[in-house]
Amino acid sequence: MMPRTLSRILPQALTLLAVVALVSAVFPGFLDVDLVNGRLVGPAVDVVKRGAPVALLAVGMTLVIATRGIDLSVGTVMAITGAVAAWTIGAGWGWGGAVALALAAGLAAGLWNGCLVAVIGIQPIVATLILMTAGRGIAQLITEGRILTFNDAAFAWFGSGSLLGVPVPAVLWLLTAILVAQLMRRTALGLLVEAVGINRRASALAGVNARVLLIAVYMASGLCAALAGIVATADIRGADANNAGLWLELDAILAVVIGGNSLMGGRFSVAASVLGALIIQTIDTGILLAGFPSEYNLVIKAALVLVILVLQSPNLGAHWHFLRSQMRRRAEPAPAASPQGPGAQPRTTPAEEARR
Amino acid sequence: MLLTIRGLSKGFPGTKALDGVDFDLAAGEVHALLGENGAGKSTLIKCLTGAYRRDGGEITLDGQPISPGSTSEAQDLGIGTVYQEVNLLPNLTVAQNLTFGREPRRFGMVDGRAQRAEARRMLEGYGLDIDVGRDLGTYSVAVRQIVAIARAVALSGKVLILDEPTASLDAAETAMLFDVVRGLRDRGLGIVFVSHFLDQVFDLTDRLTVLRNGRKVATEVTAELDRLRLIEHMLGHELEAAERAEHALTDPQATTRPELLRFAGFGRPGHVAPFDLTVHEGEVIGLAGLLGSGRTETAELMFGAHAAQSGTARDARGDVPLATPREAIAAGFGFAPEDRKTDGIVADLSVRENIALALQARRGWARPIPRAEQARLAEEYIRRLDIRTSDADKAVGDLSGGNQQKVVLARWLAMNPRFLILDEPTRGIDVGAHAEILRLIHEITEGGMAILVISSELDELIAVAGRVIVLRDRAHVAQLIGAEITTDRIVQAIAASHGTDAPEGEAA
Repeated sequence: MMPRTLSRILPQALTLLAVVALVSAVFPGFLDVDLVNGRLVGPAVDVVKRGAPVALLAVGMTLVIATRGIDLSVGTVMAITGAVAAWTIGAGWGWGGAVALALAAGLAAGLWNGCLVAVIGIQPIVATLILMTAGRGIAQLITEGRILTFNDAAFAWFGSGSLLGVPVPAVLWLLTAILVAQLMRRTALGLLVEAVGINRRASALAGVNARVLLIAVYMASGLCAALAGIVATADIRGADANNAGLWLELDAILAVVIGGNSLMGGRFSVAASVLGALIIQTIDTGILLAGFPSEYNLVIKAALVLVILVLQSPNLGAHWHFLRSQMRRRAEPAPAASPQGPGAQPRTTPAEEARR
Repeated sequence: MLLTIRGLSKGFPGTKALDGVDFDLAAGEVHALLGENGAGKSTLIKCLTGAYRRDGGEITLDGQPISPGSTSEAQDLGIGTVYQEVNLLPNLTVAQNLTFGREPRRFGMVDGRAQRAEARRMLEGYGLDIDVGRDLGTYSVAVRQIVAIARAVALSGKVLILDEPTASLDAAETAMLFDVVRGLRDRGLGIVFVSHFLDQVFDLTDRLTVLRNGRKVATEVTAELDRLRLIEHMLGHELEAAERAEHALTDPQATTRPELLRFAGFGRPGHVAPFDLTVHEGEVIGLAGLLGSGRTETAELMFGAHAAQSGTARDARGDVPLATPREAIAAGFGFAPEDRKTDGIVADLSVRENIALALQARRGWARPIPRAEQARLAEEYIRRLDIRTSDADKAVGDLSGGNQQKVVLARWLAMNPRFLILDEPTRGIDVGAHAEILRLIHEITEGGMAILVISSELDELIAVAGRVIVLRDRAHVAQLIGAEITTDRIVQAIAASHGTDAPEGEAA
C-alpha cells in the first residue's frame, strides 16, 4: 500500500523540490526558519501558511473532480462563509458560533450544488457557476456591502495563531488533508467515488448509490471551502464579500491538475493535490521574494505552471519523438521519413477506433 | 456491379467485428443489410464511409479499388450516408443545410438568392413543397430525412447508404420516404438500406444480405424469400442437431421445482406491455425475439433500471420492491447488461475492484472489504471463471471482451444472487469464451440460482434454456417449454403476424 502511494505522489514531490531549489537559488534565505516568540517564522513557513486556503479548497476539489465533476463555486463559498462568520461574531455569538455557522453555510452551499448536479442533472460546470456568480451577491447581502471587521482574538487565532509554533492555517489544511485521505482509503468511499467518476451508469447498475455519493462529495467541497473561508476571514479580521477567495477556485483546480488528477474523473490522490497547492504557493511567494517587478508575477507563474504540466504530460514521450523527427527531417535535405515520426500515428488509431 | 466488397475484415481488441464479408450492390437496386446488434452492419458501413480503416479485403466502386480515409473522401468518391439521427443543423435554413460547405458566393459573400435557387434545384423530384428559406428545425423528421438524402445524393450520387432512416417515422412518413428512395433507385443509384423493420425490407428492397457475428450468412433476392427463412438467417440454426442432444441436459421438470418469484402484470408503457412470469429455483429462462421486441426492456424492468408502472413482483415472503437497481440487488437480483462497456465494467478500475464493486456497494461505504479479502475473491473467480488476466490489479478495460464479460459475471456471482439476468452474455466474444460462458450458466444453476438469458442466438437459447419466452412488438407473445424449444417453433412465434399467434402460454 505504502510504496504505491509514494510512487503516485513522487512526480509532485520532485516538482516541489525543484521549485523550492529554484526559489532558493534566486533567494538564498528561502529555507531559513527562526523561532521568534515561540512561533516558527521564515519564508518557507509563510508558504505553508499562505497556501492554506488553496490547499483546503484542493482537498474538496479533488473529490469533486474524481467524480468527473468540477466545483467553480468554492471561491464564492469562501466569501459567503467568511461573511457568515464575521456577522455571527458581530451578533455576539462568539467564535464557536461563528465556526459552526460558517461550516453549516458551507455544507448548505455544497448541498445546493450537489442537488443541482445529482438530482436535477445539470452539468457540474454550469450548476456550480450559478452559485459562483450569485453567491457573491449573497455574501454582499450578509455584509450589507461593507467590509465587516471584527475584533475577536479567539476567532483570529484560526488565521494568525500558532500551535506548537506552527501556524494554525497550516495545521488546519494538513489535518483536513490527512483526515479526508484516510477517510477515503480506510473506508470504501475512495473506491465508490472513483467508480462513479469512471462510469456512473455501470456503478449505479452495480448498486452504488451514485446520487447520494455525488451530493456528499459536493458537500465535502463546500465544507473545505468553509474552512478556507474561516482561515481567510480570521487572517484579515474582516469579511470582504467582493474579494475574499476571488479566483481561488481556479488555483484549486490548478492544484488538483498539477497533482496529476484527471479532469475526466476516476483515480485520485488528495496528497498529490495538496502538493500541487504547495507548488503554486511556492511559486507565488518565490516570485515576490525574488524581487521581480510585480507586473511580471502572473506571467512568470503561468510559464512555470506550463512547464510543470508539460513535464507531467503522459504524451510527452510521443511528442518528444515527433519533435525530434521533425527537427531531423528539417536538418536533412531529403524528406526521408524517420522511423519514429510516422510510427507514432498508427499506434494511436486502433485505440481511438475502439473508443468510438 | 456498382460496388463490390470482397473478404472485408475488421477487428477490434478482443473481437472480430467483420470476418471476410462479401457484399455486392448493383446500380438501380435497393439492397437491405440485416442483422442483430453486433452482427457487423455498422462496422461494414463505417468501413465503406471511411470512418474505419479496414484490416483486410477489397472494396471496388465502378471497377476502381477504393479505400476512403474519411467521410468526405467517401463522399467525393460517390458514397453518401444518411443516418437515423439526421446529421444536419436544425438551426440553419434548409437552403443553408443543402449548400453547406459549398455556398454560392458573390464578391466573397454568400449569395442568398443563388443559394435558395440552388437548394430548390436540389430538391426537385423529391416531391417536397417546402420553403427552403425556413429553418430546417421547423420541419418534421421525415422532411429533414429527405433533405439529408437530397444533400447526400447531390454530393455523392452513386451509392446512398440509409442507416435506419425510418426508426422515428410514422407510417405515412415512411411511405413518403420510400417513394423518394424508389425514385432514386430508378435514377440508377445503388442504395443500401439498413432497418430492423422486416415489413419495410420486404416492401422496399430488391435484394438483402444478412450478417451474423461478423460473417455474411446469405444474400438473397427479397421477393423469393419468406419471412421464416429470413428470421432463421438472422438468428441462425445450423447447429440445431447438435444442440438438441445437449438440450436433454437441461431439466425438463424445471417448472415443477419450488417457485422463486412471480411477476404479475409487470409492465411499463413504451417499454414492454404488462406480462406475467413465474421463475422457479435453478431454472434457466430464455428470452427470444428480434431486436427492439422488448427483451432488454423486460430485463431492465425486472432489475429496476426503469421502474415498472404496473404489476407486482412477489416471492414466498411477499411483495418484492424493484423500483431501483439497489432494491433489486437487495432482493437478491443480479444483472449483466447488454452493453458491457457503458453499463457493465468500470474500465479504469482493476479486475479486483470490479469484482468487489457490487458486494462493496451492498455492504455500504463504512464497511470496506479488506484488501486481502478482495484479493482472495478476485483470485477465486479468476480461477473459477478462467479469466485471462496477467494479475488481479490490471485495469479491466485492458482485457478482451469475453474476459470483461466474465468479470461482470464474477461481480454478480460474488453476491450469490438468487436470480441473475444475463442480457446477451456472449455478444461480441470469441467462440471459446462463448462455450465457457454457456457451461458456466449450467454450472451455477445447480446451486438453485435462477437465470434469465436474453440472446439473439437461438442456438444458444436452445442449448441453455428450459423454457423460452418469445417477444414481439414489446410484448410477451408465447412460451415454449422443454421439448417444444426448437428453432422452428421459436422462429414461427417471432414471425407470426398479429392475431395468428403461436401457442400461447401464461406469458400471453
